[in-house]
Amino acid sequence: MALPKIKQDLTDAVLAQPVPEGGSWLTAARDGARARLGGLGMPIRRDEYWKFTNPESWTGAQAFLTASDASTIFDDAEPLTLVFTDGAFDAAASDDLALEGVSIELLSGVAHTDLHWAKGLYGKLEAAANGAERRDGARLFKPVARPMAALNTAMAEEGVLIHATGEVTRPIRISYRSAGGSPQLHHLVKVEEGASVTILEEGMPGAQSNVMMEADVADNGTLHHLRIQGPEQDRATLTNFFARTGTESTLKTFGFTANGSITRNEAVIEITGDNATAHIAGGCLGDNERGSFHHDDTVYITHDAVNCESRQVFKKVLRNGATGVFQGKILVQPHAQKTDGYQISQSLLLDDDSQFLAKPELEIYADDVACSHGSTSGAIDEQALFYLRSRGVSRKEAEDLLTLSFLAEALEEIEDEALAEMVQAKIEDWLRG
Amino acid sequence: MLEIKNLHVELEEEEKKILKGVDLVLEPGKVHAIMGPNGSGKSTLSYVLSGRDGYEVTDGSATLEGEDLLEMEPEERAAAGLFLAFQYPVEIPGVGNMTFLRTAVNAQRKARGEEELSAGEFLKVVREKAKSFKIDADMLKRPVNVGFSGGEKKRNEILQMAMLEPKMCILDETDSGLDVDAMKLVAQGVNALRDGKRTFLVITHYQRLLDHIKPDVVHIMANGRMITQGGPELALEVENNGYANLLEDA
Repeated sequence: MALPKIKQDLTDAVLAQPVPEGGSWLTAARDGARARLGGLGMPIRRDEYWKFTNPESWTGAQAFLTASDASTIFDDAEPLTLVFTDGAFDAAASDDLALEGVSIELLSGVAHTDLHWAKGLYGKLEAAANGAERRDGARLFKPVARPMAALNTAMAEEGVLIHATGEVTRPIRISYRSAGGSPQLHHLVKVEEGASVTILEEGMPGAQSNVMMEADVADNGTLHHLRIQGPEQDRATLTNFFARTGTESTLKTFGFTANGSITRNEAVIEITGDNATAHIAGGCLGDNERGSFHHDDTVYITHDAVNCESRQVFKKVLRNGATGVFQGKILVQPHAQKTDGYQISQSLLLDDDSQFLAKPELEIYADDVACSHGSTSGAIDEQALFYLRSRGVSRKEAEDLLTLSFLAEALEEIEDEALAEMVQAKIEDWLRG
Repeated sequence: MLEIKNLHVELEEEEKKILKGVDLVLEPGKVHAIMGPNGSGKSTLSYVLSGRDGYEVTDGSATLEGEDLLEMEPEERAAAGLFLAFQYPVEIPGVGNMTFLRTAVNAQRKARGEEELSAGEFLKVVREKAKSFKIDADMLKRPVNVGFSGGEKKRNEILQMAMLEPKMCILDETDSGLDVDAMKLVAQGVNALRDGKRTFLVITHYQRLLDHIKPDVVHIMANGRMITQGGPELALEVENNGYANLLEDA
């Protein structure tokens, strides 16, 4: 089917850009992604999954020239840190990449290697998500297009490759800095059977960025992932998180965003092994006094195995005319019995001009499942506000406390208490301005 | 201490008159009790004094040590020394009880131009006071009032009162929903704070609480006014005969 002209023109322009250099497997992966992108076309506002968030923020000319320094939220966790400045690895600012239980490499470093585990993962989860329509019995299965992820697979030149083979005791931090560029980074994480690793991301990758992470968690593996974005005002930030999880594995990913003109965090999680747990949670604090704060979480969790649990917990604090978007889906395949799925998305609207657009979707083909979902929008609880003020707490401070109270359910999803406290402390800082 | 003159109050949304000329003078260091039938305006009086939204004062005044209470924001009233123990304490998920207490204590100290308490100093004081109200470390850590029993919520109110050291304490039906043991514990807490200077206004339906917190003056409120006052014996009379006689006399 031919693409609409506007989409075709945009796609042609993107595909006309020079292909990054690389070895045979990487070139093949990029070529595959280019072909997928050619078929899908670049996203436009008319696409269903981009109805609430304008893709031109990333497909159009860069609108901002914000720079950012190092973010230091997780310093106290003493992580092994890799620094990327506008997408380029900064070896001098980074730690030595040696750590027990894990190998850490760079995409640019293995691009010319013939045999590497990265070959089996790079672009693979994205390709699977961007697969063709297929028929499953009477059902026609139409995957949601992820063109920005395909674009990333095609164009990214750098990224971290993390291969966990044991229990990695020290968190690995990907720390972003920017002088105002527009990088695309593509990270890969492979957690072997029984291995566990915690990955932290903080800082601004670029004024206009498209960052992707593909994670393959094997049986009994554990991946904890935290991503904190902010507090720069003028930036367009896009992330794509793809994960595939095995039997009795645990995946917990948490994101928090402060400010930014526009942020979209897409997550596509496929639970393929029985008795597995996959949690995704996040929150945001929108306070762009210059007139726009737009925050989009687009999540798609597929239950493809028996007796698995998934949770989606999202809390958005919106003020000064901010827009929050949540598109969350749980797909339960016919054989995925005993699925326990939970999804909640809530917004705290601090003024009349802010809005929350929520699209919860449940598609269930198994008959023995428990799936619940809810979505609410509300203002500050006046009773609680009065209670706090009657104890001498100022209105502003009381509102801040109640904002933290609102965010608490999402923050509780962070497994590690010390890391949760670091995130909470940062949010308190941001609230106080 | 607290002086209320001809106070008229309406509900903002319904233009319903609730208080119709309340006159009340509370002496420093004394315990005053207000009793009265349902709907007499007792709780409204406590809310208006502490500054809750939704009420319109159409006439009259209320002053705390000569300062106009009605002009102040709720937090300013608290800093001036007013405290309301809520009939229904509010649950605040995700905010630790200790964080809440420390924020409140330091906010008031700041408003009064005093130095804020450090985490260590605060912890020492709060532990000591909590112990005397049988509030354990777990209750201090848990989110404010979340999952607390009725008795725990009321004890938590008294702990806040003890930490904030107000001049003027209003207890709005603090005995409601409490068993005898819990009520005694709350009364003990209040009695421990009686120091001859601090003033109390105890709002209650039952004489029972006043067995444990001995009032100096008992006021009877009905239909938005104070209709009579007397000594502790007045509470006993209400307990034995109900309000009917008193209402007729008024």
